[in-house]
Amino acid sequence: MADSDRRIAVSSGTLYDKVWDLHQVAQLPGGATQLFIGLHLIHEVTSPQAFAGLKDLGLSVRHPERTVATVDHIVPTTSQARPFADPLAEEMLATLEANCAEHGITLHGLGSGRQGIVHVIAPELGLTQPGMTVACGDSHTSTHGAFGAIAFGIGTSQVRDVLASQSLAMGKLKVRRIWVDGQLQSGVYAKDLVLHVIRTLGVKGGVGYAYEFAGPAIEALSMEERMTLCNMAIEGGARCGYVNPDSITFNYLQGRPFAPSGEAWQQAVAWWSSLASGADAVFDDEVRFDAAAIAPTITWGITPGQGIGVDETVPTLEQTEPDERPLAEEAYRYMDLQPGTPIAGTPVDVCFIGSCTNGRLSDLQAAAAVARGRHVAPGIKAFVVPGSEQVAAAAEAEGLDQVFREAGFEWREPGCSMCLAMNPDRLEGRQISASSSNRNFKGRQGSASGRTLLMSPAMVAAAAINGRVSDVRTLLNA
Amino acid sequence: MTTPTPFPTGPITTVSGTTVVVRGDDIDTDRIIPARFLKCVTFDALGPAAFADDRAELAASAAGPHPFDRPEHQGAAILLVNRNFGCGSSREHAPQALMRWGIRAVVGESFAEIFYGNCLALGIPCLVADHDTMLAIQQAAEADPAAAFQLDVAAAQLRAGEQQWPLDLAAGPRQMLATGQWDATGQLLANGEELEATAERLPYLRAFVATSR
Repeated sequence: MADSDRRIAVSSGTLYDKVWDLHQVAQLPGGATQLFIGLHLIHEVTSPQAFAGLKDLGLSVRHPERTVATVDHIVPTTSQARPFADPLAEEMLATLEANCAEHGITLHGLGSGRQGIVHVIAPELGLTQPGMTVACGDSHTSTHGAFGAIAFGIGTSQVRDVLASQSLAMGKLKVRRIWVDGQLQSGVYAKDLVLHVIRTLGVKGGVGYAYEFAGPAIEALSMEERMTLCNMAIEGGARCGYVNPDSITFNYLQGRPFAPSGEAWQQAVAWWSSLASGADAVFDDEVRFDAAAIAPTITWGITPGQGIGVDETVPTLEQTEPDERPLAEEAYRYMDLQPGTPIAGTPVDVCFIGSCTNGRLSDLQAAAAVARGRHVAPGIKAFVVPGSEQVAAAAEAEGLDQVFREAGFEWREPGCSMCLAMNPDRLEGRQISASSSNRNFKGRQGSASGRTLLMSPAMVAAAAINGRVSDVRTLLNA
Repeated sequence: MTTPTPFPTGPITTVSGTTVVVRGDDIDTDRIIPARFLKCVTFDALGPAAFADDRAELAASAAGPHPFDRPEHQGAAILLVNRNFGCGSSREHAPQALMRWGIRAVVGESFAEIFYGNCLALGIPCLVADHDTMLAIQQAAEADPAAAFQLDVAAAQLRAGEQQWPLDLAAGPRQMLATGQWDATGQLLANGEELEATAERLPYLRAFVATSR
């Protein structure tokens, strides 16, 4: 916001503009827009203080039927029996259960068959639909933009505001179109694409912008791949990212529990189709990429922008922009990686496949294709955490759990797991992980000195098999 | 640690006090408040945990201690930072921890979007300075940690003794802070009829609402 306020947004005719206009409630005295929120997702970490704030103000939940809850951050992935071993985790879930019961909010809880990471379950239940505004007290809410929704993370005071009023005070963002030509090569995934975008535009590049991902390479992506892409828009500084809805979107949604059906389905598709950015849409900015030129991409540093192709070397200071050099030096020290050395071959200790970025069925399929018939290298801890109970069931139905187990991976229960270590899954000491999650910040995975290399699920599987960072393409072609 | 001043209420036009400089770009909210401290159902205990891991790391190093642990910065009200401060997780626990430690305003080169909004919702102004100005402010603050700084939120200006630096604050947040309307809840609730009218025109709430549950 600080930067974006310096230039007036000029975009028009984009999906973002259309959805924004439709959801405008009023102009507020401070100059912000009051924006109606079509879907409010809540979870155990950022909602308890919001419900307490609501109670302090003597308010109720305005639209409990537009509010949906699940539990994900704090759940253990080994045993999910209640009460949890961690009393703080148990208190958080119990508080969520009590708040949902008191206010008449549907909670997709453990064992319901629908529990999972909030950004996995809302799409797979058909709750997330094109043209909606979606808010959640979690920055990776940008995920839902994959459907052509305008979706963004909010803080707890704003969660309270949405509970109370089903709306938010917001400033309008500018819109940057990220146009991607060509097609991703075999062994290169949406995760690599988004890491490449962030590497190029930087972790601050998207501040003040919504990112519209468009072009032939984007149109060819599945819904799950689009979710991976939009999920990490926030890592590039863009509070929301989106893809225009098309037949792939509609095919994904049809038949899901909360999707329209019958006559309503036809009406919905007609409206959804009208939302896409038009040929005459005006963008505040546009950046172009060539998908075919992107290699499997991996982070070497302490921000998601410090990424390189798996065939590259850790950048030297000379190869680093002057104003990025202090951060690079901090990253060399923290990661204990030498500038100028190849990232491939870096030994790893822990391999984690899961998270709201890459914990969906196609992610597990891609990793299983690498793991099948091979075995995790000695001394490596490798585990797979499905993003939801539905993902787990679908994966088990096609035997992926067996593929992973036979290859030496642990097969866990759904949750956020080691993406952020608010549960028993965490790094210890200076362990280094190959992780399909979204953040490589210092301390992110639960050890203050733990280190994270972000990469695609297939690349994590390759790292697990070889015990070191490896180009997954060599395994896929073997 | 000295007793922090009361939490922000009402119109916020000035913030006065000593400063604390935390240098570096892209300082994320995991560093401001590590995730393990998010296991709580109130924000009450977060103050001492601000920058917990960075502080522990620096305490054990030659470069330490962390600015938040230096005696001269106890009681500081104005936090001075660099680019993209507060990136990453949306956790309001980050500004809550800073506020409970004693911070009442942040001045930096730029802020991550969600963090900025979370601060505003707590009545903590975030003002921006260009790169050179920010370095000059940080140098002046580090040269005299006991100096009282005056942040004029309304005029977007920082002063210390004879020195003064121009800052930037967008018109919207400036007005919200000046009028005491930075906590949006009341404004949002005032528009009940408009909220209903908006819901009425949303196709997914009226024309083809899905009934399955």
